[in-house]
Amino acid sequence: MSTEILALIVLLPLLGALVNGILGARLPKGLVTLVACGSVLGAFLLSLGAVSELYSLRERVGADEAMLVTNLWSWIEAGPLTVSASFMLDPLSAVMLLIVTGVGFLIHVFSVGYMHSDKAYWRYFAYLNLFMFSMLLLILGKNILVLFVGWEGVGLCSYLLIGFWYDDMEKAQAGQKAFVTNRVGDFSFLLGVFILLFFSGGDLDFVRLRDVVGPAGALQDPLTITIICLLLFGGAAGKSAQFPLYVWLPDAMAGPTPVSALIHAATMVTAGVYMMCRLSFLFAASTTAMTVIALVGAGTALFAATIALVQNDIKKVLAYSTVSQLGFMVLAVGVGGFTGAIFHLMTHAFFKACLFLGSGSVIHAMHHEQDIRQMGALRKKLPVTAGTFFVSCLAIAGAFPFISGFVSKDEILFTAFTASHQGNSPMLVAYGLAAAAALCTAFYMFRLYYLTFEGEYRGDHHTWEHAHEEKVMTIPLVVLAALAVVGGLVGLPEVTHAPHLLHEWLHPVFATAMTHFTYSEAHELEWILMGVALTLALVGVFAARAMYKRPTADLPEAPTDAAWYRLLMDKWRIDELYAAVVLNPLRRLAGVLHTQADVKLIDGLFVRGTARLVGRVGDGLRVLQNGDVQTYVTAIVVGLAVLLLFVV
Amino acid sequence: MFEQVMFWLFGAGAVVTAGMVVAPPFNRNPVHAALALIASFFCMAGLYMLLLAHLLAVLQILVYAGAIMVLFLFVIMLLNLGDHELGKQSSSVGQMIGLVAMAFVTSKLVVTLATSADSLPHGADPAAPEALVRDGFGTVATVGDAMFRHYLVPFELTAILLLIAVIGAVVLAKRNL
Amino acid sequence: MQETLAFTVPLSWYLILAAILFTIGAIGVFTRRNALLVLMSVEIMLNAVNLTFLAFARTRGDSIGHVVTFFVIAVAAAEAAVGLALVMGVFRHTRTVNVDSLRAMRR
Repeated sequence: MSTEILALIVLLPLLGALVNGILGARLPKGLVTLVACGSVLGAFLLSLGAVSELYSLRERVGADEAMLVTNLWSWIEAGPLTVSASFMLDPLSAVMLLIVTGVGFLIHVFSVGYMHSDKAYWRYFAYLNLFMFSMLLLILGKNILVLFVGWEGVGLCSYLLIGFWYDDMEKAQAGQKAFVTNRVGDFSFLLGVFILLFFSGGDLDFVRLRDVVGPAGALQDPLTITIICLLLFGGAAGKSAQFPLYVWLPDAMAGPTPVSALIHAATMVTAGVYMMCRLSFLFAASTTAMTVIALVGAGTALFAATIALVQNDIKKVLAYSTVSQLGFMVLAVGVGGFTGAIFHLMTHAFFKACLFLGSGSVIHAMHHEQDIRQMGALRKKLPVTAGTFFVSCLAIAGAFPFISGFVSKDEILFTAFTASHQGNSPMLVAYGLAAAAALCTAFYMFRLYYLTFEGEYRGDHHTWEHAHEEKVMTIPLVVLAALAVVGGLVGLPEVTHAPHLLHEWLHPVFATAMTHFTYSEAHELEWILMGVALTLALVGVFAARAMYKRPTADLPEAPTDAAWYRLLMDKWRIDELYAAVVLNPLRRLAGVLHTQADVKLIDGLFVRGTARLVGRVGDGLRVLQNGDVQTYVTAIVVGLAVLLLFVV
Repeated sequence: MFEQVMFWLFGAGAVVTAGMVVAPPFNRNPVHAALALIASFFCMAGLYMLLLAHLLAVLQILVYAGAIMVLFLFVIMLLNLGDHELGKQSSSVGQMIGLVAMAFVTSKLVVTLATSADSLPHGADPAAPEALVRDGFGTVATVGDAMFRHYLVPFELTAILLLIAVIGAVVLAKRNL
Repeated sequence: MQETLAFTVPLSWYLILAAILFTIGAIGVFTRRNALLVLMSVEIMLNAVNLTFLAFARTRGDSIGHVVTFFVIAVAAAEAAVGLALVMGVFRHTRTVNVDSLRAMRR
């Protein structure tokens, strides 16, 4: 049992995807639901079993050795290159495993209600199960290639689910945008892997890679390590939506809302962060790369938060919020706070999934209206949704002491600030950016909350009358909200003198990387920073409350003429910049290739030219094939004469 | 001597009448061509006779000159072809090439045969002029003996072939094809 | 014992005569445009072949040549019957027996 359990966890969602994908159209809806949710629930229960086994193993053999491994088969063997299809469960993948299967199951349940009346119900669940399979592959992979298979698999599922309603051109194009943008990152990622492969001597196993970078390893040159790290970070920036490759994520909201919750908030987009944590020993060895990562992360956090300030689409706000929060995680990686990154990843999975599902509940109730200017006062109609949404807003804003988001974000900010104290001055910039982002986060989240759930209703009354929430959808909301409240307790800061459970649990994974960093235990500083963070959050909350919680149905006037406002509304015009710098030149090149190379050379010369040549020759030869028997007889006689002339 | 005279007579007759079938001025009218062909067949029958093929000579007259040519004449009359139909005779470069080639082939053949006449087996061997020919050679009895002893199956197949030809001809010639 | 004719004409003469007749028939086949004349020319060619068979049979004193000639005549009869039926069929469709008009296979 102990060795096959990991394979079984991966296999269950794959089976669900196969059954629903192949037979789903003919199965009754209930059975599709049972297969989809059952397989994920099974995976979750097995995951619990596997993690508890890991826990007991830890007791027996010590924290550093504890690891469940499943070797399935030898996948590639070419000279020195050996890659096996194998899974491993260590403390890091255990955390991810529980998040993915747990949150994944809740979102499956929510989807049953949300997708209830969709005609492609079975296809939706087949994709969702396929996603679960790929994500589990990514998490449990024992080497980079297995991880990469999952990496590409989740990208594919993301594409399929963003373009789920593919008959809408805009949504199909959003799917394409996500896919292509991710390809850019994946290309960079693969390059990094190839260089790594060159130095590791054909071994991509995570455990053994540790020695390659280690003191006696083959990879010592700091410049090479930096290049590898930056290339790998390129992949992570694509998957985890960091600047400049974040552009696909806001558009990805075209997919069904539970998909946004599962893939584009809680799990898939964190794959980049997970990958960097998985390779923490490598990243920690390059100070330059770490600085770049930290600055990109902090910059993205603030950048996305500013855009979220003015968005009016409920899902767009949450999308930019996700980009921003991912920026926090990447910042944590960059300052060496790998535990903090995973911590925030976990708490974010709880409250952001809850927020997205809450928005899904709202959208469902509002008959697919997503503009928050058309909402308001929905608390009266959707009390559970409003309550859970409020709690999650508090969590993401960190506006309540020791709520999950507060603790995890504080850990990141604290790590960034102390890193700056230890002579790494760019980290102070990173801290400043992140703190500003935290302020913005509190503001836009509560702007969203107040516009949606408080004040006066601003939409049409028919929708208002029919607005309601469904039980199958509220249960996951409540569970997630509860997790969002208490999730922070596994990682309470030092000053509280409570054990940092997550830190201890993950310690064996990050021990190697942590040799590169030293941490101050300045308690006064931590108290101060916590105070600053809480103050910033509260300022944001009350500013939003002052502006948007109003008894009348009118909206506060937006400064539509101000240049900064227009710039934010246009999302800093990054899409336009890409269109001008990348897309349009490419399109022009493609157009030239089309008219010159394709139409003229390939079609004109090769394809039609060949046909014309054959046609001409045929026209010439057709004189002989005139259908006149007498001519044929003549030809026979002439042939006979020629034979006689030359042979006899 | 008699034999050589008859050979020249019948041979020249056959060639001249055959030429009349093919050569332009004589074949304007298909009836004339058919009659010339009948004459040619009679000359051929005479040559068969010289070769001691008595049965075949008789069959030649009965089947060719009698049955086949009558059939030709019937068709000519049935179609009632006008002169414009028959007079249309185009000649082309291809035909000229064919004629030259055919002439070359024939001349080559004739020259070869004429120069190698001595190497061919021939009945004019003074040593045993008759030894090669048994009694009753070419009569119904001898030919029938060979046919029914050794070539019975092909003979029966000929009967089937003729039956098929009859049916085919009837089907093809039916008015509403 | 039956009196036999002395065979004083050489075999090669018969063969040359057959070759000339065959040539006349072949020329008729590929120069005549009238389908009936083409068929007649074919008959001439067949007769030329028969002549060679019988000449060889006479030389070898073998009756097999006669048997083959018999078959050739039978086949010629069948060919003439079917060929003439075809000519009639064609005439009914095209009102002509000119082989130049029989070009359905040409495009």
